[in-house]
Amino acid sequence: MLKEYTTVSSVSGPLVVVEKTQNIKYAELVEVEFSDGGLRRGKVLEISEDKALVQMFEGTLGLDVQGSRVRFLGRTQELAVSPDLLGRTFDGAGRPRDNGPEIIAKKRLDINGSPINPSSRDYPSEFIQTGISTIDRMNPLVRGQKLPIFSAAGLPHSRIAAQIARQARVLGKEESFAVVFGAMGITFEESDFFMTDFRNTGAIERSALFINLANDPAIERISTPRLALTCAEYLAFDLDMHVLVILIDMTFYCESLREISAARKEIPGRRGYPGYLYTDLAMLYERAGRIKKKKGSITLLPVLTMPEDDKTHPIPDLTGYITEGQIILSRELHRKGIYPPVDVLPSLSRLKDKGIGAGKTRQDHADVLNQLFACYARGKEARELAIILGEAALSDLDKLYLKFSDNFEDKFVRQSESEDRSIIQTLEIGWELLRSIPRPELKRIREEYLNEYYSGK
Amino acid sequence: MKQPKIIKVSGPLVVASGCRGAKMYDMVRVSEKKLIGEIIELKEDLAFIQVYEETSGVGPGEPVYLNNEPLSIELGPGLISSIYDGIQRPLNVIRNMSGDFISRGVDVPGLDYNRKWHFIPRAKTGQKVISGDILGTIKETVLIEHKIMVPADVTGEIIEIKEGDFTIKESVAKIKTADTEIKEVTLSQRWPVRKARPIKEKFAPHEPLTTGQRVIDTLFPVAKGGTACIPGPFGSGKTVVLHEFAKWADAEVIVYVACGERGNECADLLLSFPELKDPRSGRPLLERTVIVANTSNMPVAAREASIYTGITIAEYFRDMGYSVALMADSTSRWAEALREMSGRLEEMPGEEGYPAYLSSRLAEFYERAGRVMCLGSDSREGALSVMGAVSPPGGDLSDPVVQATLRVVKVFWGLDDKLANARHFPAINWLLSYSLYHENLEDFLKNKISEDFIVLRKEAMRLLEEEASLLEIARLIGIESLTFADRLILEAAKSIREDFLHQNAFHEIDTYTSLEKQYRMLKVILEFYRISKEKLKEGMDFDKIVKLPIREKISRLKYIEENKLQEFDKVQKELEDSYA
Repeated sequence: MLKEYTTVSSVSGPLVVVEKTQNIKYAELVEVEFSDGGLRRGKVLEISEDKALVQMFEGTLGLDVQGSRVRFLGRTQELAVSPDLLGRTFDGAGRPRDNGPEIIAKKRLDINGSPINPSSRDYPSEFIQTGISTIDRMNPLVRGQKLPIFSAAGLPHSRIAAQIARQARVLGKEESFAVVFGAMGITFEESDFFMTDFRNTGAIERSALFINLANDPAIERISTPRLALTCAEYLAFDLDMHVLVILIDMTFYCESLREISAARKEIPGRRGYPGYLYTDLAMLYERAGRIKKKKGSITLLPVLTMPEDDKTHPIPDLTGYITEGQIILSRELHRKGIYPPVDVLPSLSRLKDKGIGAGKTRQDHADVLNQLFACYARGKEARELAIILGEAALSDLDKLYLKFSDNFEDKFVRQSESEDRSIIQTLEIGWELLRSIPRPELKRIREEYLNEYYSGK
Repeated sequence: MKQPKIIKVSGPLVVASGCRGAKMYDMVRVSEKKLIGEIIELKEDLAFIQVYEETSGVGPGEPVYLNNEPLSIELGPGLISSIYDGIQRPLNVIRNMSGDFISRGVDVPGLDYNRKWHFIPRAKTGQKVISGDILGTIKETVLIEHKIMVPADVTGEIIEIKEGDFTIKESVAKIKTADTEIKEVTLSQRWPVRKARPIKEKFAPHEPLTTGQRVIDTLFPVAKGGTACIPGPFGSGKTVVLHEFAKWADAEVIVYVACGERGNECADLLLSFPELKDPRSGRPLLERTVIVANTSNMPVAAREASIYTGITIAEYFRDMGYSVALMADSTSRWAEALREMSGRLEEMPGEEGYPAYLSSRLAEFYERAGRVMCLGSDSREGALSVMGAVSPPGGDLSDPVVQATLRVVKVFWGLDDKLANARHFPAINWLLSYSLYHENLEDFLKNKISEDFIVLRKEAMRLLEEEASLLEIARLIGIESLTFADRLILEAAKSIREDFLHQNAFHEIDTYTSLEKQYRMLKVILEFYRISKEKLKEGMDFDKIVKLPIREKISRLKYIEENKLQEFDKVQKELEDSYA
């Protein structure tokens, strides 16, 4: 028989203090019955001998100090998992949102997970073809990688994420593939866009969706990505599936974290975010990866909007320190009408080196990638110069580079939302652009590849 | 004494009562789950414990077991090639015990207690020894001879020493001390990580620690026994640079501390080190490496301990007379762990919420580096070099961790994200960085490499600096308005940047360049500038100089193999002829 406490002594924001508690454990799950009969859940944040600090998941609206009854459930927050998760939609606390039945659990998993032992990790090295040139060619994604999209208000990150979910595949392989979608604080329209897209392409059958909308309780956003990742771990490491996890939008997640931290009166770090934001984000992001001798993998694609397009804001900054690269979207390209507006230069994929080259994509991939970067950077510099001095003042070579960078954006970066370019097509476009640059300038490419590809067929 | 009990749990901080008699930094076991923790504050009979593992499911009333020993690690044969977490638990053993995910309360010794090692005595019965003296050796790996030393605070006469196969807990020698006490010496010893291991004397460093990275070895070298830091925003290539050090630095033992970094990067180290070959001995790099891996999702308190664990292991090998290099990636994560614990202790925060003792802790850590005379009567010399990555928020160098680090380290490699965006790697900005070891290393470079190495370096730096100011002018008035002499400087500096400083870590030959080859590369590049300058004065056409075919050869100097350095003579000859 669970003990019931009627000893709530104070409520502040999402935090509730319960007095005279006994035998309570840290991080235990709590149920609170409001005096009007409503039932809400929460979790123990701090305990001392006779006092427990409880964080409510669904807000404290209507909670009163006298009439509420608190029950400690003796277990931490768990997710019931089974293969039936696929094709279903849940809310941010893991309850069905699609009017379907509750999941009959094969297993119950703690949503906080445990860290993967570094010596069990397998290095991600399987190239994923997304069909988007700027990603495949310049910032290749590999299985088990965590590659965030840094976006900003008004940029088409949802469309890009959906396109990746639609087109992602590993060359020459047909394996069971699943998408886990975690939405934190996004609007109904955005979520509807994804749902419609998944439904139209049939992807919904192999997807599990955890959705917390902008008008759902903010505190639930803390558990939403954890539920999504727990589900992904089950699919990947128990059912041997290759799972792509899309988490959108991490900025709202971090804001919820800040809300709780402020309510607990903790000493804030940068911009009011708690000092442990890095650790907290790492606990989520690091759940992506591959494990030796297991077939499945978790590839993580978090999406975040940079406040004021500022890359040094704590959220994108700390994310960048944890993830293996980043895809940055550029407002400038978006204004020019280029889709996908991927800002190639500051974007980066750290795991590309093992995922590309002979046998994976093509031998010349790495060298040409470096060369394209160098040429495009030079072209952009030339463009800046041209703005100050006028195009006439540029040297002949700089004019070539300027032309190159314009072509690069127009032919290479730009592609339509439904265009699924194969890596070979992408590579060829790259060579076509490079042919406009005199050969001695191409210092980053090995002789043999220049001989083979530069002159064209 | 009554059993200590938990009275409060808040994340990794646990408060226990009934701890009278406990000492600061003592190790404790928390609750029935036997979670490992460390006492970080004492108040009457209350102990504030930082727990190295996740505390969910722990509650008030549960017991705490005191240990009366500070956080210590085991030092002895078997360290090399090991992969530890932040508190010296071997990760592969944990994996065998608890599977692919790390579970809690796993208690495993740092070294294998069952494995037998062959001990060959070097000292004899009857010999008088002091602490630090070498009793004998064990062939630990092909590269490392493990020296068994007389433990600290033991001085006396050997009354027994034997050859044979022993486990690390068996006695191999007996020493009779002055007060006729008999001390048994085993192959291993324990040492508290927060205490520096004693030495006899410290010297100024005088030899370069070559890393095979041109921008570092030539422009901003670090000395054996020196300290360096490498701050930069994310994506600027800190970890790649540190990995390159771990692979190619000419230290005899490498300790790599991955402190709060990415799991996949650790996996890369773990998977590539057994395969990569040491360029000098041809043996797998793992045979000289110890890895301490506490990834960002592993408990934050163990992250704080991990750099101490790493440096204690490094000091132990230094004491044997080896040159050891330690890489810590990244010290910012360590500082954040410090901040997190400080916040939970409700201490008054200093800058950016970091505790006020941040800079003294950092200085203490870096001061454990140095070129030293080890304990023992043979006056052997050891060196411990420390390189730390710093990850300041937004790449902002005014960050307290960067500033506190710069006050104590001698070499600063400033990473620049503009360079990184143009894929110029290593993205070390040559105008920002500095090394204070140039004077210390002058004699070595003059004697071992060449008299004019230093002249070349200064010339290269001068060109790079002039380039920066010329580019500034060119931006205002256009490059066409510069004199040809100035434009030649730009061309030469560009050549230094692209043909010398730029280095591809993933290219099989380019990844490592010996000092000799670096010297010869730089020589050719600057020779081109010198001759061209003369020819320009003599009236040769500028465009013709710039378009000389030899320049493509120069741009490919980096791909000349180490065992074919005579090709440089050919290029040099060709260079002289190409103006005819």
